[in-house]
Amino acid sequence: MSQTFDEISAQLRRRHRRSARLKWVSMGALGLAGLFLLWFFSDMLGKGLPAFQQAQIQVEIDYNEDAARMGRAALDRDLSRLVSRTFERMIPVQMRENPELLGSKETRWVLADSEVDQYLKGHRHKLNDAQRALVDELEAEGRVELRFNTTFFTTGDSKMPEASGILSAAVGTIMTMLVTLAIAFPIGVMTAVYLEEFAPDNRFTQAIEININNLAAIPSILFGLLGLAIFINFFGVPRSSPLVGGMTLALMTLPVIIIATRTALRSVPDAIRHAAFGVGCSRWQVVRDHVLPLAMPGIMTGSIIGLAQAMGETAPLIIVGMVAFIPDVSASLTEAATVLPAQVFTWAGEPEKAFVEKTAGGILVLLAILIFLNATAVILRKKFERRW
Amino acid sequence: MNIQAVSRHTGGSVPEVGQPHTRNETACHDLSIRVRDLSLWYGDSQALKGLDIDLFQKNITALIGPSGCGKSTFLRCLNRMNDLIPGVRIEGLVEMDGRDVNQVKMDEVALRRRVGMVFQKPNPFPKSIYENIAYAPRMHDLVSRKPEQDELVEKALRDAGLWEEVKDKLHQPGTSLSGGQQQRLCIARAIAVQPDVILMDEPTSALDPISTATIEDLMDRLKKQFTIITVTHNMQQAARVADYTAFFHLGEIIEYNDTNTMFANPATRKAEDYITGRYG
Repeated sequence: MSQTFDEISAQLRRRHRRSARLKWVSMGALGLAGLFLLWFFSDMLGKGLPAFQQAQIQVEIDYNEDAARMGRAALDRDLSRLVSRTFERMIPVQMRENPELLGSKETRWVLADSEVDQYLKGHRHKLNDAQRALVDELEAEGRVELRFNTTFFTTGDSKMPEASGILSAAVGTIMTMLVTLAIAFPIGVMTAVYLEEFAPDNRFTQAIEININNLAAIPSILFGLLGLAIFINFFGVPRSSPLVGGMTLALMTLPVIIIATRTALRSVPDAIRHAAFGVGCSRWQVVRDHVLPLAMPGIMTGSIIGLAQAMGETAPLIIVGMVAFIPDVSASLTEAATVLPAQVFTWAGEPEKAFVEKTAGGILVLLAILIFLNATAVILRKKFERRW
Repeated sequence: MNIQAVSRHTGGSVPEVGQPHTRNETACHDLSIRVRDLSLWYGDSQALKGLDIDLFQKNITALIGPSGCGKSTFLRCLNRMNDLIPGVRIEGLVEMDGRDVNQVKMDEVALRRRVGMVFQKPNPFPKSIYENIAYAPRMHDLVSRKPEQDELVEKALRDAGLWEEVKDKLHQPGTSLSGGQQQRLCIARAIAVQPDVILMDEPTSALDPISTATIEDLMDRLKKQFTIITVTHNMQQAARVADYTAFFHLGEIIEYNDTNTMFANPATRKAEDYITGRYG
């Protein structure tokens, strides 16, 4: 006799309970991941956002003769402790360049010392009681305030936290990425085109394919060692330069681009190739006029993601010497430079407390760029997504 | 009718290789493609077993037979599309215009210019209707100036009976057309390079009956200009459009004859069984 619904339901109850449990566990995992992400973001924002503000102080500058030798002499003795030493050092330089300044006076907003900045932001600071009282007094008079930190975006690294910025690292990143793209994109795409459209399917090409896939999983620091051994020691490319950094990262990005391009090429239906062969296209014409244009969105997306990966990479660049103190924006591909993640790494190792927020600020900028790049990739994919 | 129906079974009378023939525009039964002892292997399995067949100019030849009998494989031998499949080995002669198309020095690009192809599933390029037609003639340097190109696009679309339907939307994507229109676009694309032969691989199997009728009418008109060789699973279609019909079975041509004889009075039992629907 067959079972009744009630009997079957009783048996099913346990199965249903089990699937419900599995569902809750997976949702819990998702929730936990979301919480971690939220925590990470709020921590970074909480630590990093203050970096976009910097204390400024209004002082009277007296361009006297002493000041031409030692900038501090231009300022009121008490106030001079509260002003950034970077600014004080610039006074003699300015006076040498503009001799007519001698004897004149001027009231200006200038960069405050990082201790003042930290005090105003409520962080740990090293101001003594008298200095604190002075800052409180100045604040009440409206002569000290937090303003948008343009310095952060317009200068390079500095030993003074208040005067350090990400510009040289950003320029270094751009130059490095240009080198990476210029090398990895054409080589990667052409390799994929050859393997996918021209090469016969034999043991040799299969071995190449496996190796390329493995290459994508190699620890990035090994690429750094390769770059050091080959590009710097053998070919003599200047160390610490965007050129060698870009070449090293290109090695890392190549497999990503090759794999993405192959996937994109494979997703172009054979009907298109047959149509093109059918009207008398040569193999290269089929690829150039029909397959590549259709695969391009996928190739672009893959390349952007590969580039974003390379952009966040630090380890191989440490090996080729791109983690360096670079106060000035490098002007050419062969000069020493640093990149954003390496700058973050450098700041993270600084002893001054004020560098903590710089570190977080640098991470925020890097994150913003990476999110922008990935969003571009997603938009490109959505926009050019085709159906056949 | 001086039909030379050659098959493995009936024919020992193979004409000499390289037999001259005239390219007479008005005659109905000039030789277009001559196939002798054509065999093809996919790896170790033999798909075509020593085929002999003469295909005639400005006629429609239908290739019929059960699935897997080698008719599509044979069709692809005629413009060397089998070259694209790895592990294919071909022996024997496929002769067109006095040349063996399988010879190494025969450029398959040149061959495919003279032997166009229409596929089972409409496969227009994902470009505009205009570009679909203009691309190949431009690539082959058949047209140089824009007005010439416009003229050629219009002519090809008119010949394919599609002009009236698309003349106002030439710059819309070819994929926006209906299935039947797409297939006619593919036909227009094939005839735009002025081939001698058009191969059609089940051109209507993906289409509805009305679109199928339109394509059949079109084939009937096109045979005044082109030699058409079509694979079909549809007996009625073969009977309606084809001048000659070849029946394939297990990689061999069992029977090849003019269509009326073939359908009214098949010479072999296998062909009769297939035509009358006993298997297939």
